[in-house]
Amino acid sequence: MSQTPHPLWLLAEVTYRCPLHCAFCYNPVDFAQAGPELTTDEWLSVIRQARAMGAAQFGISGGEPMLRDDIEILVGEARRLGFYTNLITSGVGLSEPRLAALKEAGLDHIQLSFQDATREANDLITNTRTFELKQQVTRLTKAYDYPTVINCVLHAANIDHVGCIIEMAVALGAEYLELANTQYHGWGFLNRHALMPSAKQLRHAEAVTEQWRARLGKQMKIFFVTPDYQENKPKKCMNGWGEVFLSVTPDGLALPCHTARMLPGFEFPDVRKQDLAAIWYESDLFNRFRGTAWLPDTCRTCEDKEKDHGGCRCQAFMLTGDAGATDPVCAKSAQHGLIDDALKLAAAVRNGQIVQPLVFRDPKTSRALERAF
Amino acid sequence: MKPLPPAGARPRIARLFRFQWEPAQQAYVLLYPEGMVKLNQSAGEILKRCDGRRAVDDVVADLEQTFATSGLAAEVTAFLGMAEEKGWIDWNVGAEVAA
Repeated sequence: MSQTPHPLWLLAEVTYRCPLHCAFCYNPVDFAQAGPELTTDEWLSVIRQARAMGAAQFGISGGEPMLRDDIEILVGEARRLGFYTNLITSGVGLSEPRLAALKEAGLDHIQLSFQDATREANDLITNTRTFELKQQVTRLTKAYDYPTVINCVLHAANIDHVGCIIEMAVALGAEYLELANTQYHGWGFLNRHALMPSAKQLRHAEAVTEQWRARLGKQMKIFFVTPDYQENKPKKCMNGWGEVFLSVTPDGLALPCHTARMLPGFEFPDVRKQDLAAIWYESDLFNRFRGTAWLPDTCRTCEDKEKDHGGCRCQAFMLTGDAGATDPVCAKSAQHGLIDDALKLAAAVRNGQIVQPLVFRDPKTSRALERAF
Repeated sequence: MKPLPPAGARPRIARLFRFQWEPAQQAYVLLYPEGMVKLNQSAGEILKRCDGRRAVDDVVADLEQTFATSGLAAEVTAFLGMAEEKGWIDWNVGAEVAA
């Protein structure tokens, strides 16, 4: 294509290691099979190349990024180069000395993930005892003058607590709260029937959120991200495949989205072997679903094609086996019935007709399952 | 109408935003968590002067001098009102004075 935009976002998923075991994690189920993590120097090279290409946002995520001891170095270099630097963390491992070092390195922003408003629910879904720790870390980041930005993934087991979650965020002095329904990728896909809330639960959560918004005004902004299984409207994958976003996995694969390594038929570009600009502009992976020329017939003739680019490629693949298909969440998809089937199955799990225990994300289970999602 | 800022208040870039020249955009931008606002030239020139030390009158005077023009006060005030509405700036009302 003639006018390929440059990337604006570099997401460094620096490790798949994580002290939490969240059943909704979007990381690949087979993460334990991934190759060795990039070294500090290899990450620094990725950061420099992405900045030279015009990227301005740098995110560090994982796994739990604080499990690496070089985050301060990566942030320092990214900040020096002019990146806006975002740390996306569960807070586990964010001790005061490390926070002080990150502040010194120029870290701009911290997004803390919370799992629920009560100790019981937090500890259940993460399969850990981390509730108090998260509260302490939030106070610590505030003391270091970071705006308090909390992200909480919603699912069937916590969506009815939305009011309590909002209250907790207010009590912690949060400026922003993102209530994001689970994206069914990786472990989230594996557990989707147990995680999916009912339409009634969703409507209730949205109504509660609306009441709090009216009450709080500018004091705290609340974003509510709806689950697209219940929306019938596909979302524009990564704001356009290969248009904005560049993600690098712990083992050095460059991807157009966090979860694309599950897609079949690609040789995934490796930042150890190729430079980032060649990967972004020339690789098959980044070009395959760029723009709208590749769209299947259902999408090509659709008035919304510029709005959604046919939806999420990974979702299309996970559900239909074809990464180039219309995202089945779209009501116009010939395979939309797959979504209805999933919603029915989820209802059966909620009613107790089918037992689907949650599968928690950990390396042992990852190795045992031998599947990507 | 929004209330005017307190007399003598000095506009500054809000804590969540970073203002910088972005070579790839050939423009001033505001960076914030997970996003970027690309600024047009006049917005860039105004925000460049919002350092929390200059009062609005000083920002206006500096712009008028730099661009050899006059009568910018209304435009600057309107822009700052919008910028405050969007959360890009806030007002330094503290005791510290311009060096």
